[in-house]
Amino acid sequence: MAQVTLRKVSKSYDQHVQAVKGIDLDIADEEFVVLVGPSGCGKTTTLRMIAGLEEITGGEITIAGEVVNDIPPRDRDIAMVFQNYALYPHMTVFDNMAFGLKLRKFAKDEIRRRVDEAARILDIGELLARKPKALSGGQRQRVAMGRAIVRHPKVFLFDEPLSNLDAKLRVQMRTEIKKVHQTVRTTTVYVTHDQVEAMTLADRVVVMNRGVIEQVGPPQELYHSPATRFVAGFIGSPAMNFIPCRIQGRGNELALRLADNLSFPLPPERTQRYGAYTDREMLLGLRPEHLTELKDQARPNMVRLDSRLDVTEPMGMEILVHFRINGTAVCGRVDPSVRAIAGETLPMSADLNHMHLIDPETDRVL
Amino acid sequence: MSGNVATAGALAPRRRRRSSIKNERRWALCGSYIALVVFAIGFLIPPYFELVTSLKTSQEIGSGKSPWFVHHLYLGNFIEIIRNPQFQTFFLNTVKVTVFVVIVTLVIAILAAYSLARMRFFGSTAFATGVFLTYLVPESLLFIPLFKVLSFLHLINSTWCLALIWPTLSVPFCTWIMIGYFSSIPKELDEAAMIDGASHLQMLWKIFIPVAMPGIIAATIFAFTVCWGDFLYPLAYLFTAKQMVLTSGIVSNLIHGDVLDWGHIMAANILASLPPVLIYAFLMDYYIAGLTAGATKG
Ligand SMILES: Nc1ncnc2c1ncn2[C@@H]1O[C@H](COP(=O)(O)OP(=O)(O)O)[C@@H](O)[C@H]1O
Ligand SMILES: [Mg+2]
Repeated sequence: MAQVTLRKVSKSYDQHVQAVKGIDLDIADEEFVVLVGPSGCGKTTTLRMIAGLEEITGGEITIAGEVVNDIPPRDRDIAMVFQNYALYPHMTVFDNMAFGLKLRKFAKDEIRRRVDEAARILDIGELLARKPKALSGGQRQRVAMGRAIVRHPKVFLFDEPLSNLDAKLRVQMRTEIKKVHQTVRTTTVYVTHDQVEAMTLADRVVVMNRGVIEQVGPPQELYHSPATRFVAGFIGSPAMNFIPCRIQGRGNELALRLADNLSFPLPPERTQRYGAYTDREMLLGLRPEHLTELKDQARPNMVRLDSRLDVTEPMGMEILVHFRINGTAVCGRVDPSVRAIAGETLPMSADLNHMHLIDPETDRVL
Repeated sequence: MSGNVATAGALAPRRRRRSSIKNERRWALCGSYIALVVFAIGFLIPPYFELVTSLKTSQEIGSGKSPWFVHHLYLGNFIEIIRNPQFQTFFLNTVKVTVFVVIVTLVIAILAAYSLARMRFFGSTAFATGVFLTYLVPESLLFIPLFKVLSFLHLINSTWCLALIWPTLSVPFCTWIMIGYFSSIPKELDEAAMIDGASHLQMLWKIFIPVAMPGIIAATIFAFTVCWGDFLYPLAYLFTAKQMVLTSGIVSNLIHGDVLDWGHIMAANILASLPPVLIYAFLMDYYIAGLTAGATKG
């Protein structure tokens, strides 16, 4: 059983740089949590504080109920996988994996058993006698994971473990990591800047920005109900479109105005929520998949938008179309059967059932 | 003829460019060879002359024959020098103190470099720079103050005073080499070891020393050569033959007044320079093997 909790954890490198600004996080036993955010937002710092490689400026971290603030890394019973693998270059794969066990004075046959088990899980049995130099990037990554697995630690920590691999291998290793987690069921904290990696791996995603947590939740929840403009824009690819707009009218008859000559009735179930924000500069958030070609039969809250396409990007299963709504560049996704040609107009529709309204003053999604 | 020129014209630009690259490379190669040959000759003439002279009798050295060739091979100089009890004493003294100093130097340099490279503490960068500055102070500036120190310790005219003095020559530079090697080891490597449960000493012994082996060998070679070949300190502090080392012993005891016994001096020199040559030859293999093992890149 190993829960990890962070209570008002902060980290300052000096007076001016506050890398982590008091974050709270509860990680359940066996959970796979991914910290995601742009470069420099404090993900690595947070992970290193959990590992004990970085001192904690303020707050409290517990692992399995025990406060670890003053406990050195080796006594925290954690294992970490680094971005550059950090394999011991002078040791064989076997010795790399056995090193931690040897230092902890495990019996020889127990070490052998654990290394063999990890090698079987990771499919690196044939590599045990090799040195890291003789391994490919993906194999080194597996060994680094093996070194973590053999220890049977309370918590696995990963810091961008896949970012040194090429795109294809990255996808493959992503699946591998998920499989390993399903096999060994160890509490895992995983850091990445890649939102796709975060979405595919996580039980829960923690979105960080400028040293604070923006939102915590399961991937689908983050995608469908982002709490802030940052999360809305960060999760999802291509990113959500943000279009300046105004809410007009009163009572149950609210309208969404995008331009002087472009206005749509709001879905009735939303009028309650948005009623307090009439006649202010607001932002409409709409994902590209909700800006599609005009379908034959009309559906409720699908509104028509005619557009001249600036750029089209055929992706195979869809075509990304770029156009403007009242001067704001937006991206939509249309079916590949549609004749989408740059420079020509295409009747489009916006699905207001999936709209988000953002208050630009607080950047919160309403 | 003119037809030929026309067809060649179409191909000419490409071919010309390629051949000019080839030419350039050939010139660069020639240049390097010439420079290297001049360099090698310049450095090899004195040892060659030494060897040639050591294989001659005094009569042959004194005769007007060409000094560059051995006319009658004579091994007597070597046999006499090897049997010379004084030479044996010098040799033994040198070996004892040098080996001792090399070991002491490595221990100090490795420990110092590890702490300067990895444990951030108040003034650690200033210390690291200080170490290097120490190395820049020349022997000739230090031997008088050091004389004071040694006489205070009653170590004047004792071989073992060199065990105290020589580290001042070897430790700073070796520390500097080791700081460089240790700094090139990625930080994640010690963090991984730390999480794996290694103490500082285990980290040093099981990770840093093996990974930085090429650096340690370079430091060993340096410390060995600098001690073995040091002339000024032994000359300044050692007076009696029993205490002397090779460098000072050969000049002060094989030269009797005005009589320069060239044959013996040269033979002694050859024998004295053998160990460094052997050390180089032996350790260089390891050194190169260590380099090609690509030690530090994880
Ligand atoms: N050792 C350090 N000294 C000073 N500032 C640092 C140090 N490490 C990180 N920072 C700063 O802290 C912030 C967060 O860094 P980090 O946690 O590495 O970000 P991330 O991993 O999310 O990209 C950055 O602004 C970075 O410049
Ligand atoms: Mg990072």
